[in-house]
Amino acid sequence: MAIELYRIDDRLIHGQVVVGWGQPMSLGFLVLVDDEVARSEWEQELYRMGVPPNLDVFFASVAEAGARLDEWNRDKRPGILLTSDIDTMTRLIDAKSSIRAVNLGGIHHRAGRIERLRYLYLTADEVRALRALERRGVEVTARDVPASRPVSLDDLLEGNGEEGVA
Amino acid sequence: MSEPVSIVLAHGELAAGLVSAVEQITGMGNCFVAMSNAGLSSAELEVRLRALVDETGARVVFTDLPAGSCNIAAFRLLRDRDVIVVSGVNLPTLLHFVTHPQLSPEEAAAEAVERGAPTLKVTLGTPRGH
Repeated sequence: MAIELYRIDDRLIHGQVVVGWGQPMSLGFLVLVDDEVARSEWEQELYRMGVPPNLDVFFASVAEAGARLDEWNRDKRPGILLTSDIDTMTRLIDAKSSIRAVNLGGIHHRAGRIERLRYLYLTADEVRALRALERRGVEVTARDVPASRPVSLDDLLEGNGEEGVA
Repeated sequence: MSEPVSIVLAHGELAAGLVSAVEQITGMGNCFVAMSNAGLSSAELEVRLRALVDETGARVVFTDLPAGSCNIAAFRLLRDRDVIVVSGVNLPTLLHFVTHPQLSPEEAAAEAVERGAPTLKVTLGTPRGH
């Protein structure tokens, strides 16, 4: 089954991931790619505390994730790989060009970001970074939960995304 | 009231709904402050929860979904705040907690979970055709 979803979500592990996606996918494992979390036992323990015992969670820096991606993709269980921001996912794709699709699951408001969808706010630099991923052949779509329609980068930048939310 | 309030932190409007139900049943809804994670990043959620704990002096934070962002935000406070986190909150748990003010927060939280958890059960009706 391997990693079925490469998701950018600033909440990382949370309800939409574990339940919203996890239940319909029969999720077997999560890969959390974050250089800071990979260095912190405390952060890892925090994310493990509430996760159901049948769900494995692997923590990795970008460099480690690049090296282990093929191994995770040989796993017979379905998995989700998470990064908290676009830059981390881009660096992972730089290291491992086999990633062909990225899900924008949640990037929330902060100064300088413009609302594109109710769960997606982007700066001009972040838009440029996503366009660059598309030019490299990576399909970029926004979708917070499986019940909502995937919104293409073009649609969400043109403001055509919300009508598709289930 | 002189006692510090407790915080109910949950997805969507759940916390406000639970606190409203506590108020309807006991008139003690003001013992809780409701907070939602809606529209907040995990970083912003943590900042706002810390501010609310500091502002209210709350010792107990009730959260809804284990592994949810509310739960993880509350767990983050365990590192440097003297708080108690209760996960998987339901209405009976809050009702038991709020109606036992004579207990310490630790005792009240533990007892409320002990009483609240078993209230979740399945009751079957009459099968079709009978």
